[in-house]
Amino acid sequence: MAATPNVIIDPVTRIEGHLRIQAHAVPDGKGGGTITDPGLSASTMVRGLEKILQGRDPRDAWAFTQRICGVCTVVHGLTSVRAVEHAIGIKVSKNADYIRNMMIGAQYVHDHVMHFYHLHALDWVDVVSAMKANPTSTAALARINNGTYKPNNGALPNAAYFQTVLSKLNNLVSRGQLGLFANGYWGHSAYKLSPEENLLLVSHYLEALAWAREVVKLHTVFGGKDPHPNLVVGGMPCTLSSNTGTVNDDKGGTSLNTAGLATIKTAVARMKAFVDQVYLPDVILVAKRYKEWADFGATAGNFLCYGEFPDPALVKREFTDGAIDYPAGYIFPRGVIWAHAPTTLAPFDEKKVTENVAHAWYLGSDTGEHPSVGETELYYDGPLPDQGRNPDGTSKYMLDENARYSWIKSPRYDGQPMEVGPLAHILTMHARGGTANAQPTDKLVRGYVQKFWINPTAQGGLGLTFTQLNSTLGRIFCRVLETKIIADQIAGRAAGTAAYAGWYQLYYDNRAGAYWNPNTFTRLQQPTLWPVQVGFGFTEAPRGALGHWVKLNRVSGLIDNYQCVVASQWNAGPRDLDGAPGPYEEALRGHVLANLKQPLEVLRTIHSFDPCIGCAVHIVDPDGEPLVQVDVNHGVGSTTRVSGMSCA
Amino acid sequence: MSTDTPSRSDHSQMQVGSGDDVTFDEATAERLLQLGISRRRFMSYCAGLASLLALPQSVVPRLAQAATSTTLPSVVYMSFQECTGCLESMVNSFAFGGGTTIDNLILNMISLDYQETLMAAAGDQAEAQLLSVTAKSGYVLVVDGSIPARWDSGYFISGERSGVARFREAAKKAALIVAVGTCASFGGLPKADPNPTDARSIGDLMANLRISKPLINVSGCPPIPEVITGVILYYLSKGMPKLDSLRRPTVFYGDTVHEDCYRKESFEEGPLARAFDDANSRKGKCLYMLGCKGPVTHNACSRVRWNQGTSFPMMSGHGCIGCSEPDFWDRLNRNNEKGFYIPIASGSGHSRGLPCNTCHDDNGDDDD
Repeated sequence: MAATPNVIIDPVTRIEGHLRIQAHAVPDGKGGGTITDPGLSASTMVRGLEKILQGRDPRDAWAFTQRICGVCTVVHGLTSVRAVEHAIGIKVSKNADYIRNMMIGAQYVHDHVMHFYHLHALDWVDVVSAMKANPTSTAALARINNGTYKPNNGALPNAAYFQTVLSKLNNLVSRGQLGLFANGYWGHSAYKLSPEENLLLVSHYLEALAWAREVVKLHTVFGGKDPHPNLVVGGMPCTLSSNTGTVNDDKGGTSLNTAGLATIKTAVARMKAFVDQVYLPDVILVAKRYKEWADFGATAGNFLCYGEFPDPALVKREFTDGAIDYPAGYIFPRGVIWAHAPTTLAPFDEKKVTENVAHAWYLGSDTGEHPSVGETELYYDGPLPDQGRNPDGTSKYMLDENARYSWIKSPRYDGQPMEVGPLAHILTMHARGGTANAQPTDKLVRGYVQKFWINPTAQGGLGLTFTQLNSTLGRIFCRVLETKIIADQIAGRAAGTAAYAGWYQLYYDNRAGAYWNPNTFTRLQQPTLWPVQVGFGFTEAPRGALGHWVKLNRVSGLIDNYQCVVASQWNAGPRDLDGAPGPYEEALRGHVLANLKQPLEVLRTIHSFDPCIGCAVHIVDPDGEPLVQVDVNHGVGSTTRVSGMSCA
Repeated sequence: MSTDTPSRSDHSQMQVGSGDDVTFDEATAERLLQLGISRRRFMSYCAGLASLLALPQSVVPRLAQAATSTTLPSVVYMSFQECTGCLESMVNSFAFGGGTTIDNLILNMISLDYQETLMAAAGDQAEAQLLSVTAKSGYVLVVDGSIPARWDSGYFISGERSGVARFREAAKKAALIVAVGTCASFGGLPKADPNPTDARSIGDLMANLRISKPLINVSGCPPIPEVITGVILYYLSKGMPKLDSLRRPTVFYGDTVHEDCYRKESFEEGPLARAFDDANSRKGKCLYMLGCKGPVTHNACSRVRWNQGTSFPMMSGHGCIGCSEPDFWDRLNRNNEKGFYIPIASGSGHSRGLPCNTCHDDNGDDDD
């Protein structure tokens, strides 16, 4: 039994969903300490979405799974659409893929920018320190750091501009209403930026809010709204407007008119500009001040990527109905990186994915089974909530690493915990870039890693090693790097060996083409033409590998079984039967805390994964057993009966 | 109808006045100056807001005052069984058609004193903040997500407390409870059949817990950004809005999305879109046959439109899925079938007084 946790964060804020972190730090006698063992990561909310999906029309599944997460609003929907398309053997048109690429891509850019500024920045940026900044010096800093960014009515921000930001902050303080900034770890010794650097980043925090509203319009034109834009099995529901002018009662038309296309083009340009002018230089600025964070937050070093952004330039076959087929060509390659060979891309085999519930609140296989088979049952036997604290202030609610302690199951690949997400994307691209199959984007990645990360400080780099990418700082760096790759892939690259028209332009040139495969809905009624027993849909979401498995009933055409194994499940999952910790848990080992009551250092590493916990929690009820048969064990455990799944 | 009620005849753009003709008091002017906000832009913003809320322009000074008072109204935003889509939507609010740039609600209009996705504080410090802000009376409690009925089920625990306990404590001193999104308003996705976690809407849970407080349901999956913030600001400047039988503000939920949809004429006269991407889809014809639930769905999507008037589901070619109505995930359509691509039974439109000769012509099996 490990020592009693003395570092607890519950709720972990600035994430999606509900997460509790526990760890034990060996006290240093001065209020701080060092975490020498893995921590404990626990999700404390469950909804049971997969159970809800059984017996539904497979065309509807995307809308249900999309609501797994309103932050990852496109990717769950598209994964579901792809899973059903795979199950019934329907290919989609080139336009549908261009649009899907743009929508996933826009989601990456939007999520990653908002993650850095709104969810993560306050771990590095001290808002109270920003209030001591000199506006003139801040303007000078802005000219150096973000010299092409002109948010000040088309001009560079000047002293008056930063004075306005300061006034807003001063206002919060003067009226005693700090709002979202209340009770932060301000003044903590781990904050290192100068007041001017803090103020600059606070100003970008505010500007990113306005920017985000604009870029989501890409989703709105194609999908009608954001969050939760509309999708459809068999392609895209949107289509080119017969009327290029204003859409109205008389002339009809669709959002894909001249104005809508211009809105998309503007959103694409704004994405690229903000990444180039603000996000990338700001990450480098923060990285320079916090270089020691390349030595904390490493996971076991195994990475997994399903592959994403099918490249319409690699079309293999075009079908008579407008649908197309690809060779396995993705911007993010499909593959696995093992710790012993960090520059080698090993092949991925979907059959090696297993889920394990040894430490999750389910009854089922402790040893791990493929997502398409197995048996799980909701079974909460954790501590009761609402019991208050002990007289000495310690918690009565404590999770035990030797028992069940999370609503997240532990996915494993070939028996190993895997990190997924930006670090996996960059490492797989980097690895492929060293092979004969290197894509232009792989070579760009290798160049950026060299230029920004490895080059010595005298040459403007950070002077860090390739191995140090597996760290808290490396995760943040890889996130901005992939954002840059994707923003350029949408907007296009003008010159050089990686010149590319960009998905927007390629779509625009082909906009009169097909958007939806008209065979889709009839194919759903033709089970003899379904090519597989279980459909596998996947995306690489902003947080990493996301897979849905769907089995359709060949008589009713409805969903028999549905299972999701998602990015934050890989990263935030608990220990497995062998006691091997999940990536969040492993990453906390070695952290040195200045103040156990203000565990800022732990938050930095947890936030570097961009937790999305709503995504991570699922259950399955393959046989459609009755709901919630409550089995109250001494008032603690309750059981939802869920039983055997028999997939092909 | 009073003469200063804004016209709703133009559905495509919100009419945003310049606000130049509106006067307001010295204190408000001073606040704007302190905040570094251009008076012109601010008034334009308020005028847009009034227009959205279908309020006379004469309330603009009051809105301005509410939005610039020296003590900002406290808003406590708590999340339960949710997906964060509602918060994402709310973050997208506040940039009306005329280029107004009140860039952030959270610094200027309200004091967002607790919101787990955005707040700086974490863990014990976040819990302390929650206790401190809910110790004072009069805040607006915004809730997203449903809540498992049983406190001891383990299906929702945060900060070592159950969903039931967290909500009950936070509701105690709230002046108003706003259930944002269909999960909080009506149970939403977690409550979809077979409701594995016994999830409840906020209204149902309040009844169970005998909590008697003003409640507004702002449904939608998610709600339109400006509707979320519009309802909060309406309450702060004008008090309780008029509500429908499901406690939704009639100003946003009084009409169906069908009534304001530019495709409505072809619902009555034909032709209809039969497939995505067919010629009639490109012409913007009615999506009834593709399952549009517009005629039975009360929301402002086709009037306000999404993301600053950019588009709305039918304009982009997909039917309405009915996301602002209770139990829309389990809605029964023609032949008693569930599904977003199954046309609504013809009686559904009749009951709203809508003609539907087209659907009868196409489908002999509907004979009412």
